[in-house]
Amino acid sequence: MLRTALRNVLAHKGRLMMTVLAVMLGVAFVAGTLVFTSTIQEAYNKSSEKGFDHVDVAIQPIKRDADDEKLKPVDNLDQRTLDKAAALPGTKSVIGIVSGFTGIADKKGSLVGDGWGTTGANYYAGQDGKGTDPRYPMKQGQPPRNANEIAIDAKTADRTGYKVGDTVPVSVDGPVREQKVSGVFTTDDGSVQAGGSLVLFDNTTAQKLLADPGEYTEIQLSAAAGTSQAKLQSEAEKILPPESKAVTGQKLADDQSKMIEAQTSGMQTAMLAFAGISLFVGIFIIANTFTMLVAQRTKELALMRAVGATRRQVTRSVLIEAFSVGSVASVAGLAAGVGIAVGLRSLLGSVGGGEMPDGPLVVSPGTVVTTLVVGVLVTVLAAWLPARRAARIPPVAAMGSVHAPATTRSLVLRNTLGAILAGGGAALVVGAISGDDSKMMGLGAALLLIGVFVLTPLLSRPMIAAAAPVLKLFKVSGKLARLNAVRTPRRTAATASALMIGLTLITGMTVIAGGVQHAIDKMATGSIKADYAISMANFSTLSPDVEKRLDAMDEVEVSSPFRTSPALVEGDKETLTGVNGSTISELTSLEFTEGSWKGVSEGNKAIVDTDMADKHGWKVGSKVDVAYEDGKRGALTVTGVYEGNQLIKGIQMDTKTLDPHMSKVADLQIMVKTTDGASDAMKQTLEKGLGNNPVVTVQDKQDISDGIAQVISILLNILYGLLAMAVIVAVLGVVNTLAMSVFERSQEIGMLRAIGLDRPGIKRMVRLESLVISLFGGVLGIGLGVFFGWSAGELIAGAGLDTYELVLPWGRLALFLALAALVGVLAALWPARRAAKMDMLAAIKAE
Amino acid sequence: MTTPIQAGAYAPASHGIAAARATDLSKVYGEGETKVVALNQVSVEFRQAEFTAIMGPSGSGKSTLMHCMAGLDSISSGSAQIGDTELTSLKDKKLTQLRRDRIGFIFQAFNLLPTLNGLENITLPMDIAGRKPDQQWLDRVIETVGLSGRLKHRPNQLSGGQQQRVAVARALASQPEIIFGDEPTGNLDSRSGAEVLGFLRNSVRELGQTVVMVTHDPVAAGYADRVVFLADGSIVDDMPNPTAETVLDRMKAFDAKGRVS
Repeated sequence: MLRTALRNVLAHKGRLMMTVLAVMLGVAFVAGTLVFTSTIQEAYNKSSEKGFDHVDVAIQPIKRDADDEKLKPVDNLDQRTLDKAAALPGTKSVIGIVSGFTGIADKKGSLVGDGWGTTGANYYAGQDGKGTDPRYPMKQGQPPRNANEIAIDAKTADRTGYKVGDTVPVSVDGPVREQKVSGVFTTDDGSVQAGGSLVLFDNTTAQKLLADPGEYTEIQLSAAAGTSQAKLQSEAEKILPPESKAVTGQKLADDQSKMIEAQTSGMQTAMLAFAGISLFVGIFIIANTFTMLVAQRTKELALMRAVGATRRQVTRSVLIEAFSVGSVASVAGLAAGVGIAVGLRSLLGSVGGGEMPDGPLVVSPGTVVTTLVVGVLVTVLAAWLPARRAARIPPVAAMGSVHAPATTRSLVLRNTLGAILAGGGAALVVGAISGDDSKMMGLGAALLLIGVFVLTPLLSRPMIAAAAPVLKLFKVSGKLARLNAVRTPRRTAATASALMIGLTLITGMTVIAGGVQHAIDKMATGSIKADYAISMANFSTLSPDVEKRLDAMDEVEVSSPFRTSPALVEGDKETLTGVNGSTISELTSLEFTEGSWKGVSEGNKAIVDTDMADKHGWKVGSKVDVAYEDGKRGALTVTGVYEGNQLIKGIQMDTKTLDPHMSKVADLQIMVKTTDGASDAMKQTLEKGLGNNPVVTVQDKQDISDGIAQVISILLNILYGLLAMAVIVAVLGVVNTLAMSVFERSQEIGMLRAIGLDRPGIKRMVRLESLVISLFGGVLGIGLGVFFGWSAGELIAGAGLDTYELVLPWGRLALFLALAALVGVLAALWPARRAAKMDMLAAIKAE
Repeated sequence: MTTPIQAGAYAPASHGIAAARATDLSKVYGEGETKVVALNQVSVEFRQAEFTAIMGPSGSGKSTLMHCMAGLDSISSGSAQIGDTELTSLKDKKLTQLRRDRIGFIFQAFNLLPTLNGLENITLPMDIAGRKPDQQWLDRVIETVGLSGRLKHRPNQLSGGQQQRVAVARALASQPEIIFGDEPTGNLDSRSGAEVLGFLRNSVRELGQTVVMVTHDPVAAGYADRVVFLADGSIVDDMPNPTAETVLDRMKAFDAKGRVS
């Protein structure tokens, strides 16, 4: 039996080609994901280990949990702690560290490194200020020695073209500082490796800018010879100030690698999910192929049964065939996956702006085993049903003269089951909307999807019949295409379903994204009257000087800061927002259910959103008990209740009331209304007024919604990219079905050619069949996608995005339908050519 | 009884206009060592409104002759004509149109598309051409082959004989200049075969149709007006007004000759 099975594989090489490709692509996706993630994980681990080389013990302030009742930020470490740490018997040397956000502008004035990996720190020249900082070996020039000097990392120097002696614009929290580059250094710093920038100030300046004079954000100790990390740690623990901890360098490195692992495993899970979708689509193709192969070999299999093969042997022979197909495809997929990983690494390096840390390609034994097992298992499982069907072929079929027995088995059971599943699923989804139950919706969606799979053979007839008027335009070719498409409903359904899966997901996500975009647009334009919002590039805080500077400009009519401070309101931890009470009503347009901004500027007054008002039973005139960040208590009088949204919510009060209680007065955002409204010229004026600051962004409403649109479209494009594989596999499925059908119908095609259908007519017939099948899958997918998009959107709306409403992206939907059509046309290219080139005589000669 | 004549030298007496004509037609497969001559300079005419049978043992080239004359296969040398049209000069597209508009076909099997019903199969060549069938003629043809009650049936709902009758009706429906049949009764039992052959003969007698049929069955050949015998790629005899017996006798003579040589 083994020999027969293997011979069959070899004999049907061509027909198994598409199946091998389909499995291969899915497996390659899995392998690529695993290899890629373990490669970057290893690379980051190595680079972070290097980063902790010189640290034996670190003293750090303990970060507070979000639900901590204490409101004041944790104190930084002071000079005394550093001196004490330096004096410990086990300490060889000590480094005090201050770091925080610092932006540097390139020669064109734009921010280097997009605002995320852009940091500033101190150059710690020893306790006497005369030594060198071991972390930052200078490549050129000198370390910064005074407030006017900085050193920049070599990568940033390369990228911007700055040299020692140049004066460059730098900014920490708003105001621009023109600093002289005194030196260029090299570093293993992780964020620099990942494409960020690092600016070093001298110790005093860094403390002043990034913390407070005399303060450090971390102290690192290196152990004297013979002192272990643990010993030094226990020594350090004795001198710890309150709310701080001593951690060994080993622990820091471990924590870092755990964090990296958590991040990459998140990415890995997401990518594997999409790989799983591709494999799932592949299952349809594998099952279809083996069903067709078994049908074509009816006589052969019946003969084997007739000469004495048992049912189990027949089943096993088909499964062995699947096993060998799966093995070949999996090995090829593994190789392709390694290629994908290499490609992804260089792609991420070039697109992300920075580079991945260098490291070898990691193909672990686990990856190899997982990929091979997944590939083979998927293939064998998908071939299971066709194999069992093969075993049911009666020996007598070998004697029959019937070429391809009509399989008009009743679909009644199947359709009943499908209707129950689909109906139940849809009901669950709709029910989940009113119940705000995302788990129930997921279950309902899965059931509905399965139900539709089961029902596609039934749906194929009426839906393809609906296309008849269009197909009539293509005369005989159109008619034959339509009839061929519904000839084996199961085959057509499986082929269309494969395409449906990808399109359902693509459409659903597009619909949701469109709705979210719309909601945010509406929010941005609906509640804001200001012409511009000014904020930091990384959304950290701005110095209050920025607002003062803006307010002093002639072009600025009114402005207001938005500064936040944590507080305990009636015992609950809440965020207070401080605004300019006298100008704010000209900058925002909130919907008040009661009262207004009026009176807020008088002090100890506030407006609250409806959620909080409902929760606490507040009305205009209610007194609200507040414990501020600095521990002082006060009472606020409610002057208005408004409908909150994602941009403006909670308690809003005047800065005059809030500022005295804030540990550090800083603005999250500044809103500005100008004399002439929003325009490019005005934007430039504002930017110029702020000294063309690299870290400050000036955005009008359009910029805000464009910014969000960009984030959404990048996300959507990544999803499209990941789903593209599933669509490609589906295309292979269509090619597969058509090629098999053309092969099975070769005698018919020969006869058609003989009685006068020309080659273009034959080609047209195959192409139209392909188009019909693809569009069938496309329409089902888009329809389901819109339904899922709608229902998930309702859930999102219910979860707090009040302005959400369904916006059908008609243009995109039309595009997806066109994509389905394109799939049909492309998939038919080769089968149609084959059909047209078929040897007419060979085809019509009787067996 | 006819007298055997030399291959290629036979010149038919022209008491009718030729519907199709082969002149020095040769068909050679392969090259060099593997060269096989299927047809060796065959010249033959098929007259209008005549029912001609082509007979010969397996490998005699009878099917190849039909395929070449019907524009299904290419010709190595010589000429093949349908009416006044020279087939050798036609490109695939024109040749396909010629088959569609001027020739009818009945094959041994796979004559019908399983997705189309009886009527749709009958009108298929005209549908391909985009022509409306002549309804009166169509009705007459359908009545002649006795399919009136079964037009809505799919091929798999028809018996083998009924399927072949549909094929005959299809060939007749478009009123082609000539109908070629390739063992049209090869897969049928004798009763169904007799019916189909009867229809073909009637179409010639009553409707003036020209029919050329390849067969190895003397009984089938007995329905024809004339039998052309092929052996080893050459025409070896031409028998007018054959009967099953005379054809059988003639074939026995071939066999005897074959055994002797």
